Amino acid sequence: MKRTGGLLLLGLCAVVLVALPFTSSNYIIRLATFAAMYVALAASWNVIGGMAGYPSFATAAFFGLGAYGAGVVLSKTGTFLVLGWLCGGVAAALFALLVGPAILRLRGHYFAVASLVTAVVLREIINSATNLTGGGMGLNLPPRISDVDLLARQYYAVMVLLAVGAVGAGVLVSRAKIGWALRCIEQNEDAAVVLGIDTLYYKTAAFALSGLIAGITGAVYATWIGYIDPTDVFEDILSVKPIVMVLIGGLGTLYAPVVGALCFLLLEELVWRNILSFHAGVLGLLIVALLVFLPGGLKDLATRLPWARRSPAGEAVRS
Amino acid sequence: MTADTTPIATLSNVTKRFGGLVAVRDVSFSLKPGEIVGLIGPNGAGKTTLVSLMAQTLVPDAGEISFMGRSLVGLPAYKVARLGLARTFQIVQPFPKMTVLENVQAGALFAGASPSVADARDRAMECLEFCGLAQLALSEASSLTLPNRKRLEVAKALATRPKLLLLDEVNAGLTAAEVDRALELIDALARRGITILLIEHLMKVVLKACARVLVLHQGALIADGTPREVVHDKAVAEAYLGSRFAHALSGKTPGAAA
Repeated sequence: MKRTGGLLLLGLCAVVLVALPFTSSNYIIRLATFAAMYVALAASWNVIGGMAGYPSFATAAFFGLGAYGAGVVLSKTGTFLVLGWLCGGVAAALFALLVGPAILRLRGHYFAVASLVTAVVLREIINSATNLTGGGMGLNLPPRISDVDLLARQYYAVMVLLAVGAVGAGVLVSRAKIGWALRCIEQNEDAAVVLGIDTLYYKTAAFALSGLIAGITGAVYATWIGYIDPTDVFEDILSVKPIVMVLIGGLGTLYAPVVGALCFLLLEELVWRNILSFHAGVLGLLIVALLVFLPGGLKDLATRLPWARRSPAGEAVRS
Repeated sequence: MTADTTPIATLSNVTKRFGGLVAVRDVSFSLKPGEIVGLIGPNGAGKTTLVSLMAQTLVPDAGEISFMGRSLVGLPAYKVARLGLARTFQIVQPFPKMTVLENVQAGALFAGASPSVADARDRAMECLEFCGLAQLALSEASSLTLPNRKRLEVAKALATRPKLLLLDEVNAGLTAAEVDRALELIDALARRGITILLIEHLMKVVLKACARVLVLHQGALIADGTPREVVHDKAVAEAYLGSRFAHALSGKTPGAAA
C-alpha cells in the first residue's frame, strides 16, 4: 500500500515537472530552476552532513570552485557546456579528496570551522589569480542561445536532471556498503572503527561525492546566470542554506533535501515579495522558529499541531 | 616459555603514558590459541588501556604487540579488527538508531568481510541466535536493557569473525543470575575456538571461567598464573587490600580485616 502510494506521488511529481516548462511563465520557470538547484545543494550536503553526521560548511567552497572550474575551462577553450560542467564538478571533488583527509579527522565544531574556512581560502585564491579568473572583476560567460524563453527552459531541464541525479545518488549511497559505513560513523564513530570500518576512507568518499554534486551545481549556475564573481559564488550563505533545508526537511531522511529545499524556497520567495525591506531578518526569525518548534523537521507537524493530535493511532500526543 | 603451541598474541614490554601518568608499564605476556585468560586488577590499574592498546585504538609509546605473527603497532584500528582481533567496550557502544540486527550486520559486513548486505544479514542473525538475542533482532538498539546491551556488544564482536576476543567487563552491573547466563555465553564462545581475554572485576567469574589469570596493578603486570596461585599471591593481596590488610591475611587472622 505504502509502496503504491509512493509510486503514485513520484509519478505525479514527474508529470508536473515535465508539464511545467510548457505551461508556465518565465518567472515560475526561474523559481522552479532555483528550487531544483536548492534540492541538488541540499542533497549534496545530506551525504556528508546528514548521513555521516559531519556538519560541513564547505558547500560554498564546492559551489564556487565548480562555478570557476567550469567558467575558466569554458571561457578559455569554448568546449561543450556539458564538458565544462563536468570539469567544475571534478575540480570540486578533487578539492574534497585533497582537503578531506586532513579536516575529516576533526569532529563536531572543529570540523565545522575547518570546512567553513575552505571557502574563504578559495575565494582569496580566485580573487588573486586575476589572469585566469578575472579576479574581483568577475567572469563573463555569455549565453550560447539568444532565445530567452528557450534558455530558461534549457536550464530548468538541466537543473531538474541534476536535482534528480543528486537525490538518486543519495538513495544509491544509502543502500550500498558506504551507506552502512556512514550510518555507523554518524551514530558512533569509535564503535564503527572496531567493526573494521575504514572511517576516514568512507568520510572522504562522502565528502568528495558532496563536492562533485555541489561543484556541478555551481558550474551549471555559472553558465545559467552568465556572470560570476568570487563574492557571489563563495558566499557563506550558500553553505548555510542547504543545512537549514535539510533540517527543515528532517535530518536523517532521504526525502529531507527535496521537502526542505522546496519549503525553504517558498518561504524565501514569500518573505522576499512581501517584506522587502527586512526580508533577511524575517526569514532568519522564521527559520529559528521552525527549528525550535519542529526540531525533527516538518514531519513533527503531525504531532505538534492541535488539530493533528488526534492521530490515526488514537493516542493523545500531549507531553 | 612452556607453550608447546605458538602464541596467537604476544605483548613485549608495552608501555603507554598519558602525560606524566604511566597507564601501562612494561607489560609482557602472550596468549595461546583457545585459552580463556582473565585480566584483573583494581580500578585504574590500566586494564581498559591495555585492551585499547591491543586493539590499536591507542598506540603504545614503547614495546611490541604481535597478533598471529604480525606486528600490530602502527596499524590502523580498523585493520586490526579485520585481522580477527575484536573488542567489546566496557561502556557499551551500540548504534542507537539502528535495530539490534543492523548493529550486528554492520560488524559482519565490514570486519567480517561478508560479500553482500544480504549475506551479512544472515550471519548477523546467526550471531544473535548464538548470543540469545534473536527475538530482539528488530528492536531498536537504544531500547535494550543493560544485560542485553552487553550481549549486543558480544554479538557485534562475534560478527567480525574474531580469532581473539577482548571482553571488557561484559559482566559489570549485572545481577548474579545474569552473570551466570553471561558465563554460559563465554563458555560457548570458547568452544567455537575463539581465544578470549576476559577483563573482569568479579573474582567469581574469573575463577569459574579462566584457567589462567593476569593481574595488573598501577599499570604493571604483578602476577600471571592459575586462579589459585593468583589468589594466594602476596603482591596481589597487597594490591587489592593494601599492605596492612595483606599482612593481616597472611598472618591467618582474617578477623583483623573486618
